[in-house]
Amino acid sequence: MSDSVFQTIQNMIDTHPVMLFMKGDKLFPQCGFSARVVQILTHLDTPFETANVLESPELRQGIKDFSQWPTVPQLYVKGEFIGGCDIVTDMYQSGELETLLVEKGIVKASD
Amino acid sequence: MDRKTRMTVLLEEALNPSMLVIRDDSARHQHHAHMRSVQENSRGPAQVGETHYAVEIVSDKFDEMRALARHRLVNELLAPEFEQGLHALSLTLKGTKDV
Repeated sequence: MSDSVFQTIQNMIDTHPVMLFMKGDKLFPQCGFSARVVQILTHLDTPFETANVLESPELRQGIKDFSQWPTVPQLYVKGEFIGGCDIVTDMYQSGELETLLVEKGIVKASD
Repeated sequence: MDRKTRMTVLLEEALNPSMLVIRDDSARHQHHAHMRSVQENSRGPAQVGETHYAVEIVSDKFDEMRALARHRLVNELLAPEFEQGLHALSLTLKGTKDV
């Protein structure tokens, strides 16, 4: 895998506090797992950026190599790899995800 | 050997699980554009289906491991399957102390 893809990915996760690599986009997710993560982030009022791996075979393979994680979606918060759909869902259900987003100053604590 | 059997062998050997359930969800995802092309390009039955799985494991190996580490371990164990067309894996991983 070329260094330039890794550099592109690094730039994305450095630039965007919440960066989701997914299939499709926020409005039209192309996969149920990606759709679920979009739904969770939206529900928590999280501002987030997405990259559609279906638009770039290089990114699609590159993100798997970069994270050493074999599937998409993949969520990064403040440059840190959080996990895929299962982990994000579990963290959402336990409240851990909201706590993390609040701690990182990305969302306001709910009442 | 089908994928489910291979996965069972890999996971049982490495994790000695007290519970292991593997469900083949491939049929529910056949309509995806990508999955259709995989099937059309397939030259043998091994490449048809066998793409989407849900796996539940309870193992004492997961005790003292965080969720991300548990997932990484299982992904690593199943790396040969990802190289052979495994596409999506939904994991529920519990330590013996979690159940």
